[in-house]
Amino acid sequence: MRGLGKFLAIAIAAAAIPATALAAGPDVPRRADGKPNLDGIWQAVNAASWNLEPHAAAQGTVPLTGAIGAVSPGKGVVEGGTIPYLPSALRQRDENFAHRLTQDPEAKCFLPGVPRATYMPHPFQFVQSDKNIMILYEYDGAVRTVYMADRIEAPVDSWMGWSNGRWDGDTLVVDVTGQNGQSWLDRAGNYASDSLHVVERYTMIDRDHIQYEATLTDPTVFSRSWKISMPLYRRIEPGAQLMEFKCVEFAEDVLYGKLYKTPPKLVPELAKQ
Amino acid sequence: MRRFGHILPVACGLALALGVGPAPAADKWTMPRTSYGDPDLQGYWTNHSMLPLERPKELGDKARFTEKELAAYREKEMQAKVTNFGASTTVHYNLDDYGLGDDQIHLVHNLNTSLIVDPKNGQLPPLTPVAQKRRDASVAWAKVHEFDSAKTRGLGERCMVWTNEGPPIQPFGYNTHYQIIQTKGYVVILMEMIHDARVIPLDGRPHLDPKVRNWLGDSRGHWEGDTLVVETTNFKAGLHEDYRFHYAATTEKLRVVERFTRTGPNRIDYRFTVEDPGTWTKPWSGEAPWESVEGPIFEYACNEGNYGLPNTLSGMRAKERAAAGKE
Repeated sequence: MRGLGKFLAIAIAAAAIPATALAAGPDVPRRADGKPNLDGIWQAVNAASWNLEPHAAAQGTVPLTGAIGAVSPGKGVVEGGTIPYLPSALRQRDENFAHRLTQDPEAKCFLPGVPRATYMPHPFQFVQSDKNIMILYEYDGAVRTVYMADRIEAPVDSWMGWSNGRWDGDTLVVDVTGQNGQSWLDRAGNYASDSLHVVERYTMIDRDHIQYEATLTDPTVFSRSWKISMPLYRRIEPGAQLMEFKCVEFAEDVLYGKLYKTPPKLVPELAKQ
Repeated sequence: MRRFGHILPVACGLALALGVGPAPAADKWTMPRTSYGDPDLQGYWTNHSMLPLERPKELGDKARFTEKELAAYREKEMQAKVTNFGASTTVHYNLDDYGLGDDQIHLVHNLNTSLIVDPKNGQLPPLTPVAQKRRDASVAWAKVHEFDSAKTRGLGERCMVWTNEGPPIQPFGYNTHYQIIQTKGYVVILMEMIHDARVIPLDGRPHLDPKVRNWLGDSRGHWEGDTLVVETTNFKAGLHEDYRFHYAATTEKLRVVERFTRTGPNRIDYRFTVEDPGTWTKPWSGEAPWESVEGPIFEYACNEGNYGLPNTLSGMRAKERAAAGKE
């Protein structure tokens, strides 16, 4: 079976990438079958959504909003600190950065892709059924099924890609292919192509923390595979709930304003784009 | 055909909707259960149907078809579609081209003559006088302003929320597929339309503060025997603004109760009651059963592929320029 063959090839390639061996802590909640129970609402608490690489605080793209919208500083989540772009891809990243105000898919309320969905400044929820796992993100109501039982090759490219999962001991390993190459990795223009292959590793280190790793491989954009890692924190407040963040209506003036009967007044930075 | 009279965003997602047909009465069937004992509703489902929300006037008090009458009704609807749609040179969205025509996908078996079962006449209850005024004003306003901006277009066309998503979840022209996934304390209903998912807590927690208003409301569920009962409140005003509810934009008083009962390996009975004293003079109820289909459901990236909306606005601006003699 061609699909299975390719899937196995991907799985073997993924296995060749060294992953940090992490042991689950003793107070990790477990399911009847003994596997860690990832159910719950989680959130990254860092500045990766602004820039995966180490970066200082900076003025935002729209100075009129003052300190609101300023770039939060971050020590970076990339192993080694720098994303290993090929030279032409690095130029594209810088081009993306220059036009981020309008070209960042987040500005258009587009689906975030993987791994960006994980460290958006919004929570997300694991729903771990007896069979497959669903991950639901507050941002734009993005969602993906992690196929544990019905693992097939990505049938078609999409924004959130195709996720096949398996357990490596106590670590949930999710193999993501079939992304369409149109999403970005952060607000700084970091990106990958539709050849991107992401291997995510979710390891519960205690009841309320997951250690998250994602290894990104894309020979058309990067000179080698590279890795990000960060803890994810459980939202422990009672009754924590994903809220509705349907952002299309917040992006319409930017997307279509020029076509309105009376075009909306845009800030100068947007109007000149 | 009225259902497709609007200009629709390009459908980026379609399900592998290979129908498995109505379930034969399974004598030995027992309710499947999750590892923690809840009825198992999980899988891929459709509620696709050609039945209208309200009973066609010519059917009068007739609430149920015979099998033969249902077949004849479907045949007539298919023919009407070919006449009104298939042969037209102005057709912009022929579902048959996408394998999504009513004769190409799985239709749920239902002998009712309308989705509405109460009131008994199969019609929506009358609007309150205030709602009637609101509706008239809205229709009059739309005649002048409907092409002014993105904000004045229909919610579905803007990829905000489609009327079939509800709740109540109703059959629609396409993308009528649903995935249910469950874990202890939660049921999730993922709708193919706009990849919208309702995460429904079952732990008895209260609704969100009334200050919080959502397009899809705020759902809470519980089991009554083997029936999943979901109550949804906290809606934004203006949902169900368009043609499916005859421009009866609903208010913040909208409350929907849905009841899901699995009745066989391939079928879920879906019943709902809608009340909004700000809109209708009394509550109304309907049935729109689900049947299983083969998955998976593909991503419907509605906003990301929305060419219909800018093209509509652009077309109207061109028309205005032409009228002003500038082109």
